[in-house]
Amino acid sequence: MGILDSIPHVNAVLSHRPWPRAVVTEAGWQAAIDRLVEGGLTLLGFWGEPTAVHMAMLDGGSAEIAVVTYECAAGTFPSVASRHPPALRLERTIHDLFGLVPTAADDLRPWLDHYAWGKSYPLSGRNASRDARPYQFLPAEGEGLHQVAVGPVHAGIIEPGHFRFTANGEHVVRLEQWLGYTHKGIESLMQGASLEAAAKLANRTSGDSAVAYAFAFARAAEAALDIEVPRRATYLRALMAELERLANHFGDIGAICNDASFALMHAQTGILRERTLRAAGAAFGHRLMMDVVVPGGVARDIAPDGVTALRTLLAEIKKVFPRLIELYDNTASLQDRTVTTGIVKADYARQFGAGGHVGRASGRDFDARRTLAYAPYDQLSFEVPVLEAGDVNARVWIRIREVEQSVELIGQILDLMGPGEIRNTPPAGRGGCEGLALTEAFRGDVLVWLRLDGALRVERCHLRDASWFQWPLLETAIEGNIIADFPLCNKSFNCSYSGADL
Amino acid sequence: MRKTLLESLTHGSLTEPAPAPDDSALAELATKVDRAAQARLGRSLAIREVDAGSCNGCELEIHALSNAFYDIERFGLRFVASPRHADVLLVTGPVTKNMRQALERTYNATPDPKWVVAVGDCAIDGGIFRGSYACVGGVSETVPVDLHIKGCPPSPTDLLKGLLALLEHVSGKR
Repeated sequence: MGILDSIPHVNAVLSHRPWPRAVVTEAGWQAAIDRLVEGGLTLLGFWGEPTAVHMAMLDGGSAEIAVVTYECAAGTFPSVASRHPPALRLERTIHDLFGLVPTAADDLRPWLDHYAWGKSYPLSGRNASRDARPYQFLPAEGEGLHQVAVGPVHAGIIEPGHFRFTANGEHVVRLEQWLGYTHKGIESLMQGASLEAAAKLANRTSGDSAVAYAFAFARAAEAALDIEVPRRATYLRALMAELERLANHFGDIGAICNDASFALMHAQTGILRERTLRAAGAAFGHRLMMDVVVPGGVARDIAPDGVTALRTLLAEIKKVFPRLIELYDNTASLQDRTVTTGIVKADYARQFGAGGHVGRASGRDFDARRTLAYAPYDQLSFEVPVLEAGDVNARVWIRIREVEQSVELIGQILDLMGPGEIRNTPPAGRGGCEGLALTEAFRGDVLVWLRLDGALRVERCHLRDASWFQWPLLETAIEGNIIADFPLCNKSFNCSYSGADL
Repeated sequence: MRKTLLESLTHGSLTEPAPAPDDSALAELATKVDRAAQARLGRSLAIREVDAGSCNGCELEIHALSNAFYDIERFGLRFVASPRHADVLLVTGPVTKNMRQALERTYNATPDPKWVVAVGDCAIDGGIFRGSYACVGGVSETVPVDLHIKGCPPSPTDLLKGLLALLEHVSGKR
């Protein structure tokens, strides 16, 4: 219990697996925030229940995780965000959904609540109501400043969200995001859902990361129920997770270049993406591989001709992709747009615990597959690329290197994946258990925390997308850049709207 | 770059033959398209995509329509950046309450004649998000819908079949 040693706590919750969860008093809560502020721990998640708030924290050095819980007897909890800014949007969300009030908070504007739900604090179980007020953007003052409002409906085929730019001529002085437009109430739909129904919702939290979410949800449920997964199933899961990573990285590399008006790369990576999705469809019966990863294992085995389809895909990627890397690297007009554009400072990446290509392009050496070494990645050999520059170019290169690693991983998985069972049935009647899991999606780590009741129904489930800790860094990255480079910066992050709006 | 460009000249096209228009889509459309509109538009439709709270799965497959395999523009179908340029709204998602007003405004900003295509199982009746406090549930509860394309998400081929059916009707071929 390394993390909890330095945090005074009342009792450890025994049914929480695989990492400990402890209830803390105000002193313990503040001690936990101290550790976050000092940088000794990284905030992994922050979520609510009707009468409690939880924080998950990571010790990057020892790869330990712990959850602390503060019971809000008076409906309040000491604000985390006022001392540790990465918690801000999560804290505002807790207030929106549960009505719990962070004391001494600097910013209590609504986040997900746009006053359109017909009720306030929908997960609080109470009938309190909140006064509707127009959303106040943060002020930016100065001579010659003007505002540009973009969204929620954007020009491309992308998700909805609002961006408020304050600009001085071409240059962005401040960007403020206002999201929540795709809030579907996933956490409320989770409550009381069967494992099967809840897994379907997890698959559709962010459709581009269906496998990663299903994987994290399944592992959280398996941790809670303390059950093992057959070896073959873990390999099939990783196989799908790497295919999903490939498809998304191909799409992103092309789309970033397209936003710099380099359509040739977009066309070429579009072909690779389509081939990847077709191979995934041939192997697992669904192009996005939804609903294949389930608690206990996988719902179906790879199709008989799936291995051949995937080997053909790997051969094609190995033939075409090196040439595309060369194309990217040797096109000066493209480099001119991506190099030194949209820099994320390494300090911010560390402070916010930014995952995925956003963190790794800015020196944060974290990948849940390696740091937490969940099955089967503990049996596979791969490298985690890390760069320091933090610009659009670095985020492209992280993706390029990750494509290469995923191709290697898929090859290893196909070689090592032996025959065997693919699913263990979850045991009935193990009541009141809790589980936490992280998996590495293409854009960063996905966290799932859940509590199951004795009938194997979800009592409470929280899903935390990597985007929560990446979106705020986009606001910092665009500062001083020109508005015309915003699509490029935004695409180089490719944060999820649906995953963070829930 | 030269090698990549030359190869695409010599290797032949990846683009696949068009699928037949979807029969059920043709049936759904049969009652809805008037002759005057057909005469005005000819065989070309501008499409504005609106994500009304989808998980982003449908968007990925709609994107795929523009790749070399499906090449949607060869049919005269193209995606445009503004509803003011659009003939068709392609709407996904269970229509979150937070997006309802934006969807209504987008619809109102689209000039007549216009068609609304609801894409994906969520867009039909809210799908697995139906009954949530945060979702309206079904595009047709917010704006009139001319055609539904099922699937979670529908494959690019399913999307193409539905859109080709719409195109045939609008251009008065059937």
